[in-house]
Amino acid sequence: MQIAVLALQGAFIEHEQMLQRLGVPSFEIRNREDIEKPFDGLIIPGGESTVQGKLLRELELFEPLQEMIAAGLPVFGTCAGLLLLAKEIRNDDRTYLATMNITAVRNAYGRQLGSFHTEAEFAEIGLIPMTFIRAPYIERVFGDAKALATVDDHIVAARQGNQLVCAFHPELEDSASVHRLFLNMVQNRQV
Amino acid sequence: MSENRSELNRNLAQMLKGGVIMDVTTPEQASIAEAAGACAVMALERIPADIRAAGGVSRMSDPKMIKGIQDAVTIPVMAKCRIGHIVEAQILQAIAIDFIDESEVLSPADDTYHIDKTVFDVPFVCGARDLGEALRRIAEGASMIRTKGEPGTGDVVQAVRHMRIMQAEIRRIGSMAEDELFEAAKQLQVPYELVRQVHEQKKLPVVNFAAGGIATPADAALMMQLGAEGVFVGSGIFKSGNPAKRAAAIVKAVTHFDDPERIAALSEDLGEAMVGINEQEIELLMAERGI
Repeated sequence: MQIAVLALQGAFIEHEQMLQRLGVPSFEIRNREDIEKPFDGLIIPGGESTVQGKLLRELELFEPLQEMIAAGLPVFGTCAGLLLLAKEIRNDDRTYLATMNITAVRNAYGRQLGSFHTEAEFAEIGLIPMTFIRAPYIERVFGDAKALATVDDHIVAARQGNQLVCAFHPELEDSASVHRLFLNMVQNRQV
Repeated sequence: MSENRSELNRNLAQMLKGGVIMDVTTPEQASIAEAAGACAVMALERIPADIRAAGGVSRMSDPKMIKGIQDAVTIPVMAKCRIGHIVEAQILQAIAIDFIDESEVLSPADDTYHIDKTVFDVPFVCGARDLGEALRRIAEGASMIRTKGEPGTGDVVQAVRHMRIMQAEIRRIGSMAEDELFEAAKQLQVPYELVRQVHEQKKLPVVNFAAGGIATPADAALMMQLGAEGVFVGSGIFKSGNPAKRAAAIVKAVTHFDDPERIAALSEDLGEAMVGINEQEIELLMAERGI
């Protein structure tokens, strides 16, 4: 198994370290050439979605990745990654890869003073730590997208086929359970 | 500040990595910076080059002007307070700024003490010229460090010097025997616990950006190759001929810092860079403030 990590901006090294801990090889995507190598799953890290979205387009990564995800490539987006995958963003006209049937709210908890750490139930995993940094949340899921976790009545994780998103940052925690879930999705890729 | 807040604040700095933080003085500039791919903006009344030219006492910006910039963008907004000016920092926290830069670019308010940043809920970034300064600021509660460089000059030499010194000192601490760490802490005038963390992790305990004098995509990539995790660009963008284009090129140079062909391509036709002043020509060394 080989996981590609989008490394345009943000906390991509933290994801790579988590994969390394789990013994899974990974490489970085920074250029169009990088996606010609074979890979089984893609991680879109936290950072700024405006920056990553712009670079995706200018580096000609946007359309090929969008097509690969639409064709079933397993993808895991955290925080900014969630915004990049959302089909709708309630408080923003800009959308990006827009492959997932969720309506997200950008900076839903406000500025940095609204950032917080908590523990909450995650479907099929149980209670896990969650760190929200200027995070979005999901206002609604539709079609075949399903909510996996909620905090204060807001959806903070969801899955649709081979796509997984979290509003929080599992890559910052000691617990590797959400990454394991994603690797499991990669292993049992749905057709 | 609780343990929890301190961690959340360091986490925000982690999300900025691989990005460019740009100085802006108006909501319009903030929008240009965001569209060009800035991962955050620094709201200030005058960019460092103009502070230098104007002389006089330089203070925190008008909160109304900062709020205008907060309303213009979705990315994090930072603002500067004077070194040691507790109340300016309290004001910035009151308007929910995302990051406070306790900055030597402004006139220091206290020539002995920095702000006790551990009592604030919002994160601070501070400048440093070497490992000792960096660890002292972290002990005071800074969630992020940047080199001081020499702001407003367009001359990268001091940022390079500060980053080189910091990285060399980190390597030196990293290779020390356990029992040498106590003496290192004494010499650096920093808490032993922080020296121990540097020894174990072979890096600063917080994210480390480059700042001060970065004016071209090549400057930005140079700082990344020397170990910076991202860059601040102050006067370099809005003092140049084509700010939007230069800003976008610097953003890409940070992502592709080790790809010379790409940096060559994006360095073409950027218009005039800021004129700049050499280190030897300046009368005021801002980097000597707050050590």
